[in-house]
Amino acid sequence: MILQAIAFYVFSAVLLASAFMVVASRNPVHSVLFLILAFFSAAGLFVLMGAEFLAMILVVVYVGAVAVLFLFVVMMLDIDFAELKKGAQAYLLPGLGVGGLLAAELILAIALRWNIAAHAVRAAATPVGVSNTAALGYILYTDYIYYFQVAGLILLVSMIGAIVLTLRHKATIRRQNIRMQIARDSATATELVDIKPGQGA
Amino acid sequence: MFFTNYLQHQGLSYAWSWTISQVVLIGVAEVVLLVSIAFWILADRKIWAAVQMRRGPNVVGVFGLLQTFADAMKFMFKEPIIPAAANKVIFILAPLVTTTLAFAGWAVVPLDNGWVAADINVGVLYLFAISSLGVYGVIMGGWASNSKYAFLAALRSAAQMVSYEVSIGFVIITVLLYAGSLNLSDIVRAQGPDIRGWYLLSPLFPMFVIFFVSALAETQRPPFDLLEAESELVAGFMVEYSSTPFLLFFLGEYVNIILLCAVMSVMFLGGWLPPVAIWPFTVVPGVIWFVIKIAIMFFMISMVKAFVPRYRYDQLMRLGWKVFLPTSMAWVALTAAIVVLFRHHVGA
Amino acid sequence: MAYLDRAVRSIFLWEFVQAFWLSMKYFFAPKATVNYPYERNAQSPRFRGEHALRRYPSGEERCIACKLCEAICPAQAITIEAEPREDGSRRTTRYDIDMVKCIYCGFCQEACPVDAIVEGPNLEFATESREELYYDKARLLANGDRWERAIARNIELDAPYR
Repeated sequence: MILQAIAFYVFSAVLLASAFMVVASRNPVHSVLFLILAFFSAAGLFVLMGAEFLAMILVVVYVGAVAVLFLFVVMMLDIDFAELKKGAQAYLLPGLGVGGLLAAELILAIALRWNIAAHAVRAAATPVGVSNTAALGYILYTDYIYYFQVAGLILLVSMIGAIVLTLRHKATIRRQNIRMQIARDSATATELVDIKPGQGA
Repeated sequence: MFFTNYLQHQGLSYAWSWTISQVVLIGVAEVVLLVSIAFWILADRKIWAAVQMRRGPNVVGVFGLLQTFADAMKFMFKEPIIPAAANKVIFILAPLVTTTLAFAGWAVVPLDNGWVAADINVGVLYLFAISSLGVYGVIMGGWASNSKYAFLAALRSAAQMVSYEVSIGFVIITVLLYAGSLNLSDIVRAQGPDIRGWYLLSPLFPMFVIFFVSALAETQRPPFDLLEAESELVAGFMVEYSSTPFLLFFLGEYVNIILLCAVMSVMFLGGWLPPVAIWPFTVVPGVIWFVIKIAIMFFMISMVKAFVPRYRYDQLMRLGWKVFLPTSMAWVALTAAIVVLFRHHVGA
Repeated sequence: MAYLDRAVRSIFLWEFVQAFWLSMKYFFAPKATVNYPYERNAQSPRFRGEHALRRYPSGEERCIACKLCEAICPAQAITIEAEPREDGSRRTTRYDIDMVKCIYCGFCQEACPVDAIVEGPNLEFATESREELYYDKARLLANGDRWERAIARNIELDAPYR
């Protein structure tokens, strides 16, 4: 047990510290890297709770895909950090307000011992008899199948929307037909033409 | 776990003795891996040399066996140069990230029945997560160098790795559907008892080809090494690296290659299983079969470098998004249909 | 039909199989390179390697300090100082070649009227420091003594063509 406790406190401490650094660090690239560290620690906490599938999905989706895009954008932008920091003071009060509200809600929830919805089944990470992954699958594809499909549909629509908005086929651009390029062999690649003297270009 | 039992007899609690023995085990495995990498690199160089009718390294040690160690020593004793404008912390961190991730992937690879450091239920997902993190070493290295060439190469490398990860993901899904488990050991067991069960010789064969090619692209091996072409671009995002940090990148790259060879062996070549399950073959320890399979895959990967010309970047992207992605998606549907109609496999 | 043929070929990676077969043939082909430190390629008598100052069979040094080599050296790698010796003959007191500057053009040996400065057959004179490549007279004479047999043979072989 003591090992698990140590692991829990290490992950939690790293998570909180890196989450703080996401906001506090001066360089946005550092912020994103700290965000990744935070995701990682959260994945570690998931593993400690026995939710290994969720942990891996968190890493694959958020760290492996979403944060890479963040990092791309942040690295490409040429931001004047000092300029950005100047305006930050103005957002202090609203920010504190929202943060305080969240903290109050959390405290309330903990004070009620998570028994807000009386009918809710108590969360168990691993149901007896089935693995974590299989349990998730059973729930997702039975009780929540419509929500799941709708979520997928929304993602599909947004993806198609992004493509429609950005894809432009200009008639003036010459495109390469790679299939034709690959299909060329020595017989079709060269053409010998017999040109009479004085007829060439 | 004899070692765990021994420590328990010495009066330690189970948790502590398990932890200590696990740490020792992992340490030994990593050292063995590290030393073997030296010989994989040498094998790589010897294979290209043979195809090009050269001799390859043959001076340091017998048959040049110690060449890689000599090279490693050379790198370690060189001066590590950190560019003045570089972001020092991230600059140093990037090769560490690459190497650590490459080694971390080995935690779930079963070398033999039960010979696995972490026999977790989501082993395949873990591998996928680790390999998708490999991008960070590249981006961090390229960005922290504060050189436009390194940065451009890093962006292009990252785009390449992310693109091919997608099709790798779909290939993995087809294997999962067939095996009905996310555990790598279970995937191997599902391919028993001999060569007839291997997924190489099943409708999954095209997925094996796609995985092989994607593995080449993922590790930036030829013919997809157009971003770090050693001779022309002096190693792409690693331009500013020298000495030990460069050594770490190099090491990480090779550990990744061997890891992907191992994953291919596990997913398609039946891992530790012998090709024919009759007497003389069943006596040979599974780990030897596993190493032989890794060696075969590695030989193929080396040969590809020797005979395939480099891709152009647009061809690379076309292959990833327009050929592999639709094919592997179609194959996921096909495999699912096969599993439902013919195999009646019930998932774990 | 041609389209189908091409499609089947590309699906079954026919070109890769062919290339693999070809490279396997070369894999087992005899090596084109020599095993260098143990085997060597043939060397022409005109090979221009490390410099040497030769002596006559009597042991007398050949160089007469005419400084033609110093004058012709395009890299200005040669430095000579000369004085009469006790017996009255004209000899060098200093004969330095900066091997770092030298471009191995062979003009010095062409200019030499007495075949004193020559470029010998030795090509393995890499050193660990720059200083070791500033050859002085003693070093050059020692080279001459060491390689005399090979040098004399090369000069003899090349003589009909001069």
